[in-house]
Amino acid sequence: MPTIYIDNKPYEVKSGKNLLETCLSLGFDLPYFCWHPALGSVGACRQCAVKVYKDEDDKKGRLIMSCMEPVNDKQRISVADPEASEFRANVIEWLMTNHPHDCAVCDEGGSCHLQDMTVMTGHAYRRFRYDKRTYRNQDLGPFLNHEMNRCIQCYRCVRYYRDYAGGHDLEAFASKNNVYFGRAEDGPLESEFSGNLAEICPTGVFTDKTLKQHYTRKWDLTMAPSVCQHCSLGCNTIAGERYGELRLISNRYNGEVNGYFLCDRGRFGYEFTNSEDRIRQPFIGRKPVDRTAILHEVAQAVKDGKVIGVGSPRASLQSNFALKKLVGEDHFYHGVSDNEHDLAELVIKVLKEGPARTPSLHEVEKADAVFILGEDLINTAPMLGLAVRQSVKQQPMKQVTNAHIPAWHDAAARELMQDSKGPLFIATVNTTKLDDIATQTYRAAPDEVARLGFAVANLLDPTVPPVKNLPKEIQQLAGEIAKALSEAERPVIISGASCESQSVIKAAANIAWALQKKTAQAGIVLTLPECNSLGLAMMGGHRLNSAFDCVLNGHCDTVIIMENDLYRHGKASVVNEFLMKCKKVIVFDHIVHATIEKAHMVMPAGTFAESDGTLVNNEGRAQRFFQVFEATDAVQESWRWILQLAALTGNQKITAWKNFEDLTEAIAKEEKLLAGVERVTPSAAYRVAGQKIPREPHRYSGRTAMLANISVSEPKPPVDPDSPLSYTMEGFRGLPPSSVIPFFWSPGWNSVQSVNKYQDEVGASLRGGDPGLRLIEPHLNGRAPYFTQIPEIFTPMKDHLWTVPLHHIFGSEELSVRGDAIAKRAPGHYVMINVDDAVQLKLAEGQNFEFEIEGQPYRLPVTISTSIPRGVAGLPYGLPGLPFVDLPAWAIFKK
Amino acid sequence: MEAPIHPMLIVAGVLGGVMLVAPGLIWLERRLLALWQDRYGPNRAGPFGVLVVLADTLKLFFKEDWTPPFADKKVFIVAPAIVVITALLGFVVIPFAPGFIVSDLNIGILFFLATSSMGAYSIILGGWASNNKYALLGAMRGAAQMISYEVFMGLSMMGVVLLTGSFSLQTIVNAQQDLWFVVPQFVGFVTFLIAGIAETHRLPFDIPESESEIIAGFHSEYSGMKFGMFFVGEYIGIILISSITVCLYFGGWLGPAFLPPVVWFILKTFVFIILFILLRASLPRPRYDQLMDFGWKILLPVTIINLMITAAIVLFNENSP
Amino acid sequence: MDNRLLTMDITETNMFSIIQSMWLTFLHMFHKRETIQYPEEKVKLTTRWRGRIVLTRDPDMGERCVGCYLCAAACPVDCISLQATEDEHGRRYPEFFRINFSRCIFCGYCEEACPTYAIQLIPDFEMGEYNRQNLVYEKKDLLIDGQGKYPGYNYYKVAGLAIGGKDKGEAEHESPPVDVKSLLP
Repeated sequence: MPTIYIDNKPYEVKSGKNLLETCLSLGFDLPYFCWHPALGSVGACRQCAVKVYKDEDDKKGRLIMSCMEPVNDKQRISVADPEASEFRANVIEWLMTNHPHDCAVCDEGGSCHLQDMTVMTGHAYRRFRYDKRTYRNQDLGPFLNHEMNRCIQCYRCVRYYRDYAGGHDLEAFASKNNVYFGRAEDGPLESEFSGNLAEICPTGVFTDKTLKQHYTRKWDLTMAPSVCQHCSLGCNTIAGERYGELRLISNRYNGEVNGYFLCDRGRFGYEFTNSEDRIRQPFIGRKPVDRTAILHEVAQAVKDGKVIGVGSPRASLQSNFALKKLVGEDHFYHGVSDNEHDLAELVIKVLKEGPARTPSLHEVEKADAVFILGEDLINTAPMLGLAVRQSVKQQPMKQVTNAHIPAWHDAAARELMQDSKGPLFIATVNTTKLDDIATQTYRAAPDEVARLGFAVANLLDPTVPPVKNLPKEIQQLAGEIAKALSEAERPVIISGASCESQSVIKAAANIAWALQKKTAQAGIVLTLPECNSLGLAMMGGHRLNSAFDCVLNGHCDTVIIMENDLYRHGKASVVNEFLMKCKKVIVFDHIVHATIEKAHMVMPAGTFAESDGTLVNNEGRAQRFFQVFEATDAVQESWRWILQLAALTGNQKITAWKNFEDLTEAIAKEEKLLAGVERVTPSAAYRVAGQKIPREPHRYSGRTAMLANISVSEPKPPVDPDSPLSYTMEGFRGLPPSSVIPFFWSPGWNSVQSVNKYQDEVGASLRGGDPGLRLIEPHLNGRAPYFTQIPEIFTPMKDHLWTVPLHHIFGSEELSVRGDAIAKRAPGHYVMINVDDAVQLKLAEGQNFEFEIEGQPYRLPVTISTSIPRGVAGLPYGLPGLPFVDLPAWAIFKK
Repeated sequence: MEAPIHPMLIVAGVLGGVMLVAPGLIWLERRLLALWQDRYGPNRAGPFGVLVVLADTLKLFFKEDWTPPFADKKVFIVAPAIVVITALLGFVVIPFAPGFIVSDLNIGILFFLATSSMGAYSIILGGWASNNKYALLGAMRGAAQMISYEVFMGLSMMGVVLLTGSFSLQTIVNAQQDLWFVVPQFVGFVTFLIAGIAETHRLPFDIPESESEIIAGFHSEYSGMKFGMFFVGEYIGIILISSITVCLYFGGWLGPAFLPPVVWFILKTFVFIILFILLRASLPRPRYDQLMDFGWKILLPVTIINLMITAAIVLFNENSP
Repeated sequence: MDNRLLTMDITETNMFSIIQSMWLTFLHMFHKRETIQYPEEKVKLTTRWRGRIVLTRDPDMGERCVGCYLCAAACPVDCISLQATEDEHGRRYPEFFRINFSRCIFCGYCEEACPTYAIQLIPDFEMGEYNRQNLVYEKKDLLIDGQGKYPGYNYYKVAGLAIGGKDKGEAEHESPPVDVKSLLP
């Protein structure tokens, strides 16, 4: 470890870093703009100047940009040097010459890096007397607001958007003093990661448009650590509330999972929590009732009837577990389609019984060869797609390292790498948004994708059975993939549940296991449909269709459906029949949907913002989300409803559980696969110096006025019995344990950049380790239990189309699409067919196409594609209003 | 001498008079303080604002009668009663006019000393029962102060007793027909007055309360009428000390005949009451250690010397024909 | 500090000064009274008196408050709460603005924090109420039709944000918007 001297004090630091990172890691306050831990250095803004001295006797020194200077042993630098300080103040002053007098009406204000840095350098008064430059803004769609006047030309936005996230439509225009960041013309930003611009931009050029609808300063938010509910990756978020409404989702750094970024579905998908469709009151029939009435009514129904419970992949472990215990293990059914049920079980089997480990998102970023089977990552697990985008830089990065260029030296590294990319192979049904960085892509029906996978596995390990009748070009492709994978040090195979094919997952597992024999670090990532799909599967339960049968055959007559719209998981005709047959349908949910319409009793459940719970992501990582605010109406967590119900029905076991903690401990004790889940976060009794951790920043305002219109006597703040967080601004103000960080803030660092202060070192894990607990580890000493069932060649059938689901980042997920912003970006209904099939069927783009899948009729406009294979049709997954059918299946069309 | 008045009437008269005057003093004190501070004081309710007393009393009655949950309940309630009762008991031996005395005890002065030392209990018990640091601090200070000053309070009165040879106040007043004892016993008068102020813990000796240091000392936790009793008790104490001073040193009811003796007595007493208020208006509070120093190191020796000199003179006079 | 000295000072040497100060106090009986007999007699308040809080308008009679939340943040008793919103042209204003005067301590920090001179404390303190609830003032109670203490100031004339009636580049000290497509130097 080299030693450097900062202002004549020696520090032991890590080599291979630049001085700026090093100084920030050591806790120095050094201003910067163009540098970002995820983007590296370009030395453009000249803000991070420090003095460097030749040796001890050098008193004069010279100014350098600390972000461009690597750490050297015995280096002597000065941060506090007056000349360096003055230089930094001057740079800010120049940057500010054109900055508008806008802070009062700027959404960035209060969490603005430019404000922080200006204060840090001491610049306070504009001496420049000339006119300010102005720009016209663009309409960038429903997610982001554009206010170009505020730009300080640090280039972070385009560097992130183009170089990091692979977007194409945000550019720097014009030159000199007129540089403009925007699109060629108005229109929504195409990248699915555009929302991060709001955090990447050090000032208020790009701001969250959904926040603007109900604007609140960061200091006024009640915030809690949360976990994204909109896909299976479980990105960490900070959810902020004001006036009883969720207002902002921002990134919560987790070095292992999402790092510094979120996808747009995660960031803007929260709006459903404020939807007018929210259920705020219990209902019996259509009649609103109060809490006690519904509890007694439901308790009576539970006591009288033969009850079954339907769980949900979007409900927490606690809620599912409580329901399972209320109705009894034999009467607990997974509220997912049978296919998804089986896929989830297969995923557990692959991860648990196989020798290959499932890497975290961070590890995927570091993978040097990736093979994706059947997954359109950007649409099913967006942040995994972003991680893959980083992984293709790994191989060329070796070249950079060989040239003795440090990895953080972004401009130089890029110059050297040019367009070279590491190996990435994508085998999917349709085009994906990662195709632009793929070495090879392959478009085929799911079975063909699986066959390619099996062929690759066979090449890697001959003990895997060979694939018969493989065309030559596919064999060649398989050879190419096998070569690239076996040459890599950290290859990752990615597949998942989105093409609903067991064979694909099995093929992926075979490859990973075969690779694992050669390179111990080979990993497999499998995505799942929903945020807690894996957690639900780990808990065990029956298929949904058995629940239908159970009622239809008269074994049961009362059903409790928890946070689930059965019409999204079962065919409408069957669900209708099922719900009709039930004597009592009891539904817990937070938002109105088709199943609610048929319910006899409705209990208002809390959304993630009003609930505590634990989710298990696709990595098997259990993560806790915390309640952000106490709902003022009858809304409460499903599990809390069930605990209260159990007290009334006289369920001894559940009655013993009083709160979140008891319930979680019971899960850990009773569910073998979920053992340890109680250790995800500190217990509710945890205190730092005897104090709780406040959800509100110390500058939180309006406490004595916000409810004064109702009554001038302020109510007592709610008490949180379930967590070490408090709902007030009083409490411990230091660094909390990493899993209970309600917001990032540090003196002088009001913006999200303050996360530096919470990390072990810049860009590394949070202090005390990244939150979350991996519950699944591979079976290391076991041999690879290869799958041997290789599907037959896919042959199109006459008058039939093999229909596969096509996922959409905006639209396919049930909850996020209930918010305005996401709904605006959701596609319309369509069916996608191959251009040749279209010619044969005499269908033109947009023409309505009638067909039937398993008795479910469809009439949808056609989208013609050249990439989707012949004989295959793509049906968008989960779009609101589109009837559900368990795909893949044959579509029969009438002629 | 007129026909003796029925003792119960005297008791009723004294009790009624004192209980009427004590709250009246609240008004008087406020008006006088205002007068000396260039203000008007209470001047809105009733003529010259006298009804402020009524308003205050009503307010105190309607305040929440709060006993802190951490307090020793019984003692907490008893303490304020003690202060009023002991202060009132002192009036038993005061001769307001010839024959107008509840009980002319031959140990009148001793009785007075006994009751006034009982007052210390209310402070200690009140402060202690409050179970509050400031209250306890106040109580400790109060106890120390009252016990210290009681010592030479008694000694300073002994000069008068030596001169008259009696503990009966009526006898003492009668002994002043020719000369008020303030002249031969000037030093005794000064020390007695200072001790009296300390005994009632009035400014500048309000150390047990010291609202600026220990909030309100021993009665920090008191509210409503319980606080009101401490408040009234203090005023009764002022009247008592003033009356005793008048009896001992200023000839009690004695005065030119154009006014009845009771009026003389009341007039003289009021002069001292006003002096008490003037002290409050003009003097700052000494530090606690200064108070103790002053008591033990200066006043006690002075009283003892005074007593010895008086005794010597009395002996000399008795022995010389 | 020598404790003895202090003790001596007060107890021994200054007997006469005590009597003197009592005498001086006594003499105050004959001084002029300072009391103002409010409400018969009114108090003269200076213009900078920190009394009732109002929201003012700019010279064009637009609401000055832009809902920046700085007053609320500065408020030591947290008695200001508001919600910012925008009209269709992008001009910000408070959707509601509430001050709980039963909590207000009239410290004037809100006025100091206000970047638009919107919130001002004026020389008026006669706002007593029998019902505490009436001390909760909403925007309609706070907004006045005048500029208050700072005439002539219009925040939007200096801010870069475009609003209805003021396009980009039309504020003070602003050049017209850059033509991004121009190749001219």
